[in-house]
Amino acid sequence: MKKLLVLLFATAAAPALAQHAGHHMPEPPPPVEAPADPHAGHDMADMPDMADMPAPASHAGHQPEISDPPVAGPSEAALGGPRNAADTLFDVEDMARARAGLRKEHGAITAWKLLVDRAEARVRDGRDGYAWDAQAWVGGDIDRLWVKTEGEASFGERPEAAEAQLLWSHALDPWFNLQAGVRYDIRPNPERAHLVIGVQGLAPYWFEVDGALFLSDKGELSARFEAEYDQRITQRLILQPRVEFDLAAQNVPERGIGSGLSKTEAGLRLRYEIVPEFAPYVGVEYGRAFGDTAGFARAAGERVGGWSLVAGVRTWF
Amino acid sequence: MNPLIERRALLRAGAIGATGLGLSGLFPAWAQSGSPGLLSTLPTLVGEDIHLKVAHSAFTVGGRTGHAVTVNGVLPAPLIRLKEGRTVRLHVENALDKDTSIHWHGMILPFQMDGVPGVSFPGIKPRTTFTHEFPVRQNGTYWYHSHSGLQEQQGHYGPIVIDPVEPDPVAWDREHVIVLSDWSFLHPHQLIHKLKQQGGYFNRQKQTLAGMLTGGPEERMRAPERAMWGGMRMDPTDIADVTAATYTYLVNGHGPRENWTGLFRPGERVRLRIINASAMTIFNFRIPGLPLTVVSADGQNVCPVEVDEFQIAVAETYDVIVQPAEDRAFTLVAESIDRSGLGRATLAPRMGMTAPVPSLRPRPTLSMKDMGMGGMDHGGMDMHDKSMAPPQVKVGVGVASIAMAPVDRTGDPGLGLDDVGHRVLTYRDLMSLTPNRDTRPPARTVEVHLTGNMERFMWSFDGQKFSEGVEPIRFELNERARVVLLNHSMMSHPIHLHGHFFEVVNGHAGSHPVKHTVNVLPGGRLAFDLTADAPGDWAFHCHLLLHMHAGMFRVVSIRPLAGDAA
Repeated sequence: MKKLLVLLFATAAAPALAQHAGHHMPEPPPPVEAPADPHAGHDMADMPDMADMPAPASHAGHQPEISDPPVAGPSEAALGGPRNAADTLFDVEDMARARAGLRKEHGAITAWKLLVDRAEARVRDGRDGYAWDAQAWVGGDIDRLWVKTEGEASFGERPEAAEAQLLWSHALDPWFNLQAGVRYDIRPNPERAHLVIGVQGLAPYWFEVDGALFLSDKGELSARFEAEYDQRITQRLILQPRVEFDLAAQNVPERGIGSGLSKTEAGLRLRYEIVPEFAPYVGVEYGRAFGDTAGFARAAGERVGGWSLVAGVRTWF
Repeated sequence: MNPLIERRALLRAGAIGATGLGLSGLFPAWAQSGSPGLLSTLPTLVGEDIHLKVAHSAFTVGGRTGHAVTVNGVLPAPLIRLKEGRTVRLHVENALDKDTSIHWHGMILPFQMDGVPGVSFPGIKPRTTFTHEFPVRQNGTYWYHSHSGLQEQQGHYGPIVIDPVEPDPVAWDREHVIVLSDWSFLHPHQLIHKLKQQGGYFNRQKQTLAGMLTGGPEERMRAPERAMWGGMRMDPTDIADVTAATYTYLVNGHGPRENWTGLFRPGERVRLRIINASAMTIFNFRIPGLPLTVVSADGQNVCPVEVDEFQIAVAETYDVIVQPAEDRAFTLVAESIDRSGLGRATLAPRMGMTAPVPSLRPRPTLSMKDMGMGGMDHGGMDMHDKSMAPPQVKVGVGVASIAMAPVDRTGDPGLGLDDVGHRVLTYRDLMSLTPNRDTRPPARTVEVHLTGNMERFMWSFDGQKFSEGVEPIRFELNERARVVLLNHSMMSHPIHLHGHFFEVVNGHAGSHPVKHTVNVLPGGRLAFDLTADAPGDWAFHCHLLLHMHAGMFRVVSIRPLAGDAA
């Protein structure tokens, strides 16, 4: 190694530097005298005020690091001069256009996503059916337009539930969004419009959560809370537990909704990400109505709850 | 030994070069499948007038062809070989249908020649030519690339070598320029779009249940620690944003299968000028079987230091000397920091020889140190505690974590290289070969906080994206200041200041290594001393292209301008 170092460096002498090398080498110092390279670092030839800098002699020997000077703002002189240096040399309008582009290109990104979280067939006791749950957003990092839709139906029948939401979403913190807007229920009959306010985001321990309050055009207040979690079994195989709770502040008999906890769903889906954007899955889901909601269902001759086998596709673009 | 005599071997190498190698196409001749080493004049652009044409090209790697933006039709762009002390005129013609630019990375030049649209000049419009003219005041290994849009990701980058006017203190028989880069068949807007949709999209090495049960080397983290990371909504496997899931890693424009080969004669001292021209990839570079003697960092000579591996962040350059004595091939390995893939090339006495390609090492995992906890007890910590935030940091949506105790990590070799069983370069190993020029102590400290939110893929300085309309960082002409970079995020950030060199405060006062780009490790605190000697406006940014694009960018203003001094 030492031999190599000898070969690496030419022989011109620079005493201060040699001393420097002898004192500072992190490895055993090479027995060489290297030439001072006046071109390393800044060429300061055009800086007369630097000409009387202390000679590099002070460089030799061990020097302690200078501790950090105080944090301070720039001097008056630093604040002077033209605001944009290039404006003094180029067309001012060209520069203004370029600066607008620069600003846009460094942080102002508009993105969008369409996520079909669940598009599935449900095999259950009685009538088999299908369900969907999808959302899409477009916007910047903070403010986004958000659309959600979900619903379920039995094959060959009109949907038991079908709704769409149009929301403005505003980031509250790195993970959560405040969402406000409207929801329209096409089903069940009679149709309803709601005002929506909710919070959606990523909770600690990677739980995706979404909770919202709904005030209908008939003054009915209800709420919904959903949570899901992706347990990665392998890089592509993911087990997703999911729960949903629906609550209502009052009975709405014509829509089959009772006050209190009206309905819950709990599901377990195992998906395989062929690519991250496309993942078929299978799973089970248990849904149950409670309290007066269950009573309304029984009265209508419908099931109160039960298991479904589900198979579907999760996909996003 | 006289270095001039040593150059006889170079002339021999040149003679080999003249015989040429048959391949052509999209590679510049010096980066063709085999290269005897430089000094054949054809492949290289030299002289005082250099003509560069930016245009669309097709690029083929791994048997697949995609769209590239190239200079003079080749990827990487032609080697520009300059001579210190001469004035150069670089004529850049834009044959695209959108604006372009070329930034001369690491070059000391007047600000209006620096090539950053919106900062130094208006950019180069389609079907126009801009001439960059400046005296060459330095020597060493540098590079150039587009500063417009995301063209750099599409192939718009190339090397610069400047020969010194004085005898080179580094003696060598033969040299090879090694341009490392990352290539994706996805359009760069697709890359950023995917990351905005899902921050961890390209990470296919996440922690899994199966991994935990089988206990592979990548899964050593115990359940309570996993839970702690989960509680913070931080992924300890988030090492690289864009990975081999989409990237092919290139050496001189060649994929691992194309295997670029550089020739040597056993016993020769071979100078490798290694440039990381990637958009998003930090590499671990090694040549199994050959020690690497680092002689230059970012184009500036350092006291030689022998290592077996080094991490090279995006936009850094290292020159190393290797001296293969045996008549056999050696594999150059440029492993991506997350170990999802590697760039591969060969050093061999003759074309067609190969050496074994090592398999990828286990993916590293972030630690408490990367979290900026230093040696602190982490009980009850809150990585998003606004009260811990320095006043200049705007803790909002874009700041997912605040490091409570960032530490000096100049003695660390870089993520994943703490225990690889051989010598790995650290910044603390680097010492300038010549004494630092400006010995004035810095008069003030300027702190810059590196902040981000992986979930929304937001990156910023001091919690504010450039697009939010931020003030420049201002210096008075010739003032001496210390800039302290504090990394609150969980990723490494290679930070680059245009138009200047600065001295990395690494314990070797008076001989600080002189650099243009520094990699700040997660939870790290890195200081550099700056002589603000270049009047004008300069870009200052994270050199991970998509971090810059997401907002990790500032303008540094240095006043007064020449001519308006009082």
